[in-house]
Amino acid sequence: MRNDPVRELKFRDPARAAALAAKLQRTVTKIGRSPVSVMHVCGSHEQAIARYGLRSAFPRDLHVIMGPGCPVCITDQPEVDEAIALARQGIRIATYGDMLRVPGSVASLADVQGEGARVDVVYSVTQALAMARASSEPFVFFATGFETTAVATAAAILGDPPKNFYVLSAHKYIPPVMEIVSEMPGSRVEGFLAAGHAATITGWGVFDEFVARHEVPVVVAGFEPLDILAALVRLVELVRDHSHTVENLFPRCVTREGNVAAQRQLWRVFRPIGGRWRGIAHVPNGNLRLRDEWAHVDARRNFRIDLSAVWDGAPSLLSQHCVCGDIMAGVKSPTDCRLFGRECLPENPVGACMVSTEGTCRIWHEYGIRGRGVEVEARSAEVGGRAVDLTSSASAGGGK
Amino acid sequence: MTLAAQTRIAMKHGAGGRSMRRLIERVFLEGATGIAADMDDGAAIPIGDEWLIVTTDSHVIQPIVFPGGDIGRLSVAGTVNDLAMMGATEPLGLTCAIVIEEGFAIEDLERLQGSIRRTCEEAGTTIVAGDTKVMRRGEVDGVVINTTGIALARRVVRDRGLQSGDAIVVTGTVGDHGMAVMAVRHEFRFGEPLQSDVAPLNGLIRAAMQASGDGITAMKDPTRGGVASALHEMADKAGVSILIREGAVPVRETVRAAAELLGIDPLFIANEGKAVIGVRPDRLEAVLTALHRHPLGRDAAVIGTCQATAPGTIMLDTGFGRRRLSEPDGELLPRIC
Repeated sequence: MRNDPVRELKFRDPARAAALAAKLQRTVTKIGRSPVSVMHVCGSHEQAIARYGLRSAFPRDLHVIMGPGCPVCITDQPEVDEAIALARQGIRIATYGDMLRVPGSVASLADVQGEGARVDVVYSVTQALAMARASSEPFVFFATGFETTAVATAAAILGDPPKNFYVLSAHKYIPPVMEIVSEMPGSRVEGFLAAGHAATITGWGVFDEFVARHEVPVVVAGFEPLDILAALVRLVELVRDHSHTVENLFPRCVTREGNVAAQRQLWRVFRPIGGRWRGIAHVPNGNLRLRDEWAHVDARRNFRIDLSAVWDGAPSLLSQHCVCGDIMAGVKSPTDCRLFGRECLPENPVGACMVSTEGTCRIWHEYGIRGRGVEVEARSAEVGGRAVDLTSSASAGGGK
Repeated sequence: MTLAAQTRIAMKHGAGGRSMRRLIERVFLEGATGIAADMDDGAAIPIGDEWLIVTTDSHVIQPIVFPGGDIGRLSVAGTVNDLAMMGATEPLGLTCAIVIEEGFAIEDLERLQGSIRRTCEEAGTTIVAGDTKVMRRGEVDGVVINTTGIALARRVVRDRGLQSGDAIVVTGTVGDHGMAVMAVRHEFRFGEPLQSDVAPLNGLIRAAMQASGDGITAMKDPTRGGVASALHEMADKAGVSILIREGAVPVRETVRAAAELLGIDPLFIANEGKAVIGVRPDRLEAVLTALHRHPLGRDAAVIGTCQATAPGTIMLDTGFGRRRLSEPDGELLPRIC
């Protein structure tokens, strides 16, 4: 089985990757200015880029900025506080693993778990449903994530959940935040890489209006190394040609219409409302809340959530220096933050971007991205085949 | 984050990564010198012209019976392997202290004892002393087993002995144990069933050492924190960097698929029947041949090399580019999407 070529993913061919990287370099060079800045809006893209070391293969003059694509990072403090308030009332809470350590105003769910509150990590809403069924007491699923996980929550609610199952929705919807980011003063984003899995649900047609309104190209991309490289090549070509169109480079999953049945379920259960995304802005239509029809499942309408009880201490002074918001808006990099890698570490995060495995700061820290100095070194190492001296460049910092 | 997170023990402090290392340094090794300060797999105490190797380990695992083994086999193999990693492959004996929860089925205890006995036979050793305690229901989760092992060695292999130019060898597929346990614990099902690799390695290590002359420079068993954690500790202590070729790391197809699905790097997943070995290039061929001949070493592979630059750094060549391999910390939590 091991050498069965059919089982080998063809989207992970280093030779093809090298050819695409060369093409990317040529295209960026031809544009003739620096930097060319594009943004992806998906934690999974950043994860794949870091995971495969792709940044060391990107042209120097291409800035691939990570936007507000980490569902954990953009969950706002009051939303975490709501879950904490419920947990402190003794109500059982289930949520995705990454949410456990996200700081609320003064504590995280992991902290209240340490105090004795019952907080369970689940891998899917289905697992949360099973846990609710096995119990008779109230059970709240703290539902986070974009349209990808929101659809699963919707399906659970439509699937006749047990009477003791409630949803505390902190779900978010990606398309509106792209509008916000492209309108931000100081935004230097010339094109967007859209998330393939979210587009599987929404369809790529959802970006048509956006492209027309903001005059920037959008390319829908998958998550294998070749998907990302090919999509970047196409995106940079569109930037070069001043072509403001949507292109789908993930056709094996994404159609123009998307998953219509899933969309129907999503909008039957949720309605979009405006709300804050942590550190970014108030995003009109960016939050997904349960429609009135599902009030009986809505934790907000069935429990008294007293947030004042959560604020029994002052938020740390450190958090005032956190630039997570600017990082998620693509205006700053982790290395621009004075806390990054010093006071703010994965084991003791100050900002949400250091908590989630999809957060930019966490990813940069875990995969040793310490600023552009390192990337340049890494690249020269590959060319020259010599070892990378990361200690000397680690202090280079101050990247863009 | 909050004060509570810094002043209380959290699960991450036992997960074998950065936090655990820092806790040990802060609490247990504060001001310590000598043998314990080495933080090796065990202690080496000089006796005449030989070394007495002592190591101890408390074993907790849920579920206590898992595909490929149980807590009994684990508690013998774990200690035998820690001795073997110091170069002591002939354990003189093991002590076994067991703490049992009230209500635990005696039949289950007998089964664990059978497993302990069989694993001891496999490793060519016996339990020479023991202790039994019972705690009230809820005060301990099922059963906790501590084993201590002693052995004599003529030459001690340290985990700090890596030198620039050494090859890094793993003795087989990585991630089998952790992924098998994770799959049962969370009721994941992936194609063919996952099996823990838990096994005493002293036979395999003996064969490798006999073939190596003095060519084995360092050894570590990549348990909690996986191969990544072992590499970091070895590189840190030796003051070398290590370049790993990801494509060369042996990983079972099912483990690879499950790890990918959960967003977990196989290099971060625990092993209970594998060793990471540093080998001088001139003895590499002989060591590999010896490993491949042994049933537990058939999939042994060279996964990287040590370099003198950037001490303490682990670089991973993914085939698409290079990046640092981070040091694991905390429990492995699957990603949200």
